[in-house]
Amino acid sequence: MDSTALLLAATLSAGTVLAIASLGLLINEKAGIVNLGAEGMMLCAAIAGFATVVHTGNTWLGFAAGMAAGAFLAAVFGALVIWLGTNQYATGLALTLFGAGFSAFVGIGYVQEKLPEQAQYPIPFLSDIAFIGPALFRQHPMVYIAMALAGGLAWFLYRTRAGLVLRSVGESPESAHALGYSVRRIRLAAVMAGGALCGLAGSYVSLVYAPLWVEGMIAGKGWIALALTTFATWRPARVLLGAYLFGGVTMLQFHLQGLGVNVPPQLLSMLPYLATIVVLVLISRNPLWIRANMPTSIGKPFYPGA
Amino acid sequence: MLFTLPTHMGRRMRLEVRPQPSPFWSYVSPVLALLITVVIGIGLFMALGKDPVKGLQVFFWEPIKSPYALGELLVKATPLLIIALGLAVCFRSNVWNIGAEGQFVMGALAAGGVALLADKTTGRWIIPAILAAGVLGGMAWAGVTAFLRDRFNANEILVSLMLVYVADLILGYLVFGPWKDPAGYNFPQTTTFEAVTQIPRLMQGSRVTIGILLALVGVAALWLYLYRTYAGFAQEVSGQAPAAARYAGFSSRRALWVALLVSGGAAGLAGALEVAGPIGQLTPYVPAGYGFAAIIVAFVGRLHPVGVVFSALLMSMFYIGGELAQSRLGLPKSITGVFQGLLLFNLLACDILIAHRLRFSIPPATFVQGAR
Repeated sequence: MDSTALLLAATLSAGTVLAIASLGLLINEKAGIVNLGAEGMMLCAAIAGFATVVHTGNTWLGFAAGMAAGAFLAAVFGALVIWLGTNQYATGLALTLFGAGFSAFVGIGYVQEKLPEQAQYPIPFLSDIAFIGPALFRQHPMVYIAMALAGGLAWFLYRTRAGLVLRSVGESPESAHALGYSVRRIRLAAVMAGGALCGLAGSYVSLVYAPLWVEGMIAGKGWIALALTTFATWRPARVLLGAYLFGGVTMLQFHLQGLGVNVPPQLLSMLPYLATIVVLVLISRNPLWIRANMPTSIGKPFYPGA
Repeated sequence: MLFTLPTHMGRRMRLEVRPQPSPFWSYVSPVLALLITVVIGIGLFMALGKDPVKGLQVFFWEPIKSPYALGELLVKATPLLIIALGLAVCFRSNVWNIGAEGQFVMGALAAGGVALLADKTTGRWIIPAILAAGVLGGMAWAGVTAFLRDRFNANEILVSLMLVYVADLILGYLVFGPWKDPAGYNFPQTTTFEAVTQIPRLMQGSRVTIGILLALVGVAALWLYLYRTYAGFAQEVSGQAPAAARYAGFSSRRALWVALLVSGGAAGLAGALEVAGPIGQLTPYVPAGYGFAAIIVAFVGRLHPVGVVFSALLMSMFYIGGELAQSRLGLPKSITGVFQGLLLFNLLACDILIAHRLRFSIPPATFVQGAR
């Protein structure tokens, strides 16, 4: 297979992880909640999905387990943050630290396990086209699901009443409350939906992208996904684009190594992290632009009747 | 009314805002959080078919039962305490530096670089040079975050965290590449540092170094800074009440830089004390998660200089307990991380009781009926 096509295919796969997680975090942030626990949720979901597939052999059950794990952890986070008014940053950080420890603890017996042979999903006819076929049309279905998700989320947020309510809860919870919407329940639902998507992304890493389990295997993808929402100025389509951009940067290191470029691998591995910093700097440089796009009540607790 | 739960007998439990935060609960909350963590731990041991008494023993008795064990407790508490002191300044100023782990690694790298310069003829002056290099390394790394936040408004949480991965990779590059011990059978590590670079130990038969003394000096310095100096007051106001700080003319930029440089320098010092102390060379295993655990230490210690002493000792027990749980009970060492995360979760939940109180009341409807 052509190596450029291979790079493109790998980019889409790596971008899918970031896209799904970042779209989940976007739902949270549109509702006014920042969940720094993304990394921890993804790690727990990765092992939950992996263990499920080891025992059942069904990849789709693995994804379901990952989503359930993500949603459950997000619900704990949400209950603390939304009802008990704990600090969102500290609570999210607690979730990440707990998730890292817990996934390593539970996963110790799965380190050497192997998954059953992966099913292939070539799209008839399209996958046979030279270059484009192997690059785009032999992907795991989750790659297309991520794209559909971005489109669906854009439609939901900007074209439906429920999406309007969700955004209002993140922009002005007081107004939403005055109109009779239950701000805290809507926020919890958003947090759990975001957690489920982070979980889906985490289980995609251990089931399709890697596919194996090692401690700490998410390697900062949850944090990069968090940065992506800012990079995308909270727009679903831009999240998707940003995710593929970062997927490309991640894959570039392997590609360059394959080409025999004489740069130490550690320096190439820094690329995604450095790119995240650069992108954050470029996008944050104009505070007015950020303020115009950021959900107004992001990070602020809301107490009805207070 | 913030939170209601229907309970049996028609009563409702609710959280009511206190007129003033309770000082009592701000002391009791960490203890309660620890108790809840212990109860969950007992449940976990039982679920795994281990004797919970033995489990508690390895975590809370073994680390303090002999002078040697106590020494080991202090060895691990030292870096945690030093980093947490710096983070206390940071979090009090509402600056979210969560990249202390990276600053620790860069401090260790800078210190290791100086230590590698030593040879047979080097004098004891190398020790202060190593420590200074560590502080500067950590400061420089945190300074990147401060600069990008100050100049470009880039989120310090994400930047400082990304720099952790970068720092780990720089360490990896050096020990796999230019700094690798040529006589080391191709292991990714530097040569063992000269004996002269070894941070002086406090006493025979224990690995405790003068680092613990430096940490205690730090405790006193932080206390003086926070509670007895004008600069410390301005620093805290900048974090807790930015509007008031602006009105008073306190610079928020200055607060940002001070917070990051102090915490970065502290983390770097801890890194220097580790590599020139217990470790004695640079390896890929220098990052041991102290930078992340210290975040928990800082919060559990109430961001108070004396509080963090206790929480650093507690967290050190968790580390040693985790190692013992692996060797004695056959449990993975990562159980430490589980308990650390749980402790922070529980603390955040228990802290609700500082500003709120629980009330058990009869629902209003029942009350009105009864009155008639």
